[in-house]
Amino acid sequence: MSENSCNLSPDALARIDALIERYPTRASALMPCIWVIMDEVGHVPPAGVDLLTEKLAISPARVHEVLSFYTMFRTEPQARYTLQVCHNISCHIMGARTVIAHLEKRLGIRLGETTPDDMFALEGVECLGACGMGPCLQLGKHLYEHLTPEKVDGILESLRKGVVPRADTDRLAAGGGE
Amino acid sequence: MSNSQYNILSSRFDRTDGHKLPVYEADGGYKALKMVLSSMQPAEVRDTVKESGLRGRGGAGFPTGVKWGFVPPDADEVYFFVNADESEPGTFKDRYLLDYDPHGTIEGTIISCFAVGDRLAFIYIRGEFGWLIDRVQAAVDEAYAAGYLGKNILGSGYDLEMIVHKGAGAYICGEETGLINSVEGRKGQPRIKPPFPAVAGFLNKPTIVNNVESVASVPWIINNGPEAYKKFGTEKSCGTKLFSVSGPVKKPGVYEIPLGLPFREFFHDWLGGMVDGEELKAVIVGGSSVPVLPAAEVMNVNLDYESLANAGTMLGSGGMIIIPESCDMVELIQVLMHFYYDESCGQCTPCREGTGWLHKLVKKLRGGEGTAGDLDLLEHVCQGMAGLTICPLSDAAVMPMRSFIDKFRPEFEALIQETAPVAGSSRWPRGEQE
Ligand SMILES: Cc1cc2nc3c(=O)[nH]c(=O)nc-3n(C[C@H](O)[C@H](O)[C@H](O)COP(=O)(O)O)c2cc1C
Ligand code: SF4
Ligand code: FES
Repeated sequence: MSENSCNLSPDALARIDALIERYPTRASALMPCIWVIMDEVGHVPPAGVDLLTEKLAISPARVHEVLSFYTMFRTEPQARYTLQVCHNISCHIMGARTVIAHLEKRLGIRLGETTPDDMFALEGVECLGACGMGPCLQLGKHLYEHLTPEKVDGILESLRKGVVPRADTDRLAAGGGE
Repeated sequence: MSNSQYNILSSRFDRTDGHKLPVYEADGGYKALKMVLSSMQPAEVRDTVKESGLRGRGGAGFPTGVKWGFVPPDADEVYFFVNADESEPGTFKDRYLLDYDPHGTIEGTIISCFAVGDRLAFIYIRGEFGWLIDRVQAAVDEAYAAGYLGKNILGSGYDLEMIVHKGAGAYICGEETGLINSVEGRKGQPRIKPPFPAVAGFLNKPTIVNNVESVASVPWIINNGPEAYKKFGTEKSCGTKLFSVSGPVKKPGVYEIPLGLPFREFFHDWLGGMVDGEELKAVIVGGSSVPVLPAAEVMNVNLDYESLANAGTMLGSGGMIIIPESCDMVELIQVLMHFYYDESCGQCTPCREGTGWLHKLVKKLRGGEGTAGDLDLLEHVCQGMAGLTICPLSDAAVMPMRSFIDKFRPEFEALIQETAPVAGSSRWPRGEQE
């Protein structure tokens, strides 16, 4: 199996090799290696499974088992923007249902669906560890807190223009303090 | 950001650039590590933490120093895991520690690893905290560059490697043996105990798993001594604890309180009471898995392990959820039962099937199809789930379920129909069904 069949950049392949070096056993590097592929491809295609099987010397079943156990690992291409809204208890108390209903109306899809143009997917997810700042939603590495229908509209408007709006946690990315 | 006059854990939450190494050092950071490596034996560190009375802050409250003592003295390889999975609904305290003061946790981890003889530590951070993982990794890199990590730390001869490991969305990986399996590159399914991880954990070697807040308390205890730590809190609940408060109070957020603080005082003086127009109905004091207390009962408890146990609940993770009068308790328990059903790892029949039954039965009640006997059936299912499984997730679903019925029974009874409507005539508006 050629390493290129998964179309990983040389940099990503180097990172996988470094992870295998750093972790105490080959198999223990499985999750971080999956993250390398996820970060570059957006999901783990069959060729990615082959690559992991070969590099880590584990069975394809083991790779599939891990891929399917963890909700953040995906084996299919994803929508351009997957909006993950917390529907757990604290956010529920603070109005998550209103936010979800608003998103459903604006996007014309139900929770769990993807828009026909593959632009947006809407998912209900469990507690995001932002309960005091709820309702909240996650988009990749960005977390949006204290959501209201107005704030949701602003986020959607920006995404439709292809711009990921500044999130409440983005100060971290800039290495900034408070 | 900091809401507290106590400063064992939260003193740096307000500090500008407090996450950066030079600022941490200027605040006295890594002083405890220098002292430990230059003048203490591992056993002394373990004894100091044992004497401080520090109890695990991840939920179970097991004394930290005692747990460290379970590692066999002749172990050739030991592993240490910092549990930053933080997935218990209502809990968002560890993210504050790692966000505003990552070096506090890193220093505490290095000292803890030295105490148990570990050479490779993992910080396991839930995958949803993607924005936080880069931050912690940057701090770990700084610590390596400054010689606090790696080979021959500060010339002491002690070596320690540290890996920041990213989870991928599974509540059960917060359970310590699920977490260990996860880092071995497996499904995060818990293991049968015994053997306990301290004896046989990661790669079958002795392994200690501690919550972020537990290890973050360690540098202060080393710097100030166990007696100073015990001045805070009660006789059996020593020190301070972070509570993360969510729900419609005036000032939700993360608070460091001395254990034993009366809830009444915390609620009125610290949280500012309810937002205007809301009345307090109930409180879940320690994360979604602990029994709920109605307003009248919670007003009489103190926030420490013993007082909360006497009141029939638990301190848990300190994830305090404030429930207003306007909330429908049956609807809330449906949200929670959906969560446990979703997160059961499926290994044990009582948990896999039981969480599904609880969720379906509550959903049926809320759908207007409740029939006489449903509440008994719910209790019957709970009986078949509690204390019978590999890990406590099953109990974690039963405890809120039972307490919601016990404390708010009329709300459940109101949904039982004399004659059940025809199936399918759901009263749920579109979009509300899970
Ligand atoms: C279902 C389940 C989820 C858990 N989630 C967490 C968690 O997110 N963070 C945590 O520190 N401990 C969690 N725990 C507790 C851990 O198993 C373990 O007791 C803890 O990390 C030990 O650290 P401590 O002694 O410092 O508290 C969980 C336990 C169970 C049963
Ligand atoms: S109790 Fe539930 S979560 Fe825990 S091991 Fe059993 S099935 Fe898995
Ligand atoms: S309940 Fe929504 S972030 Fe915790």
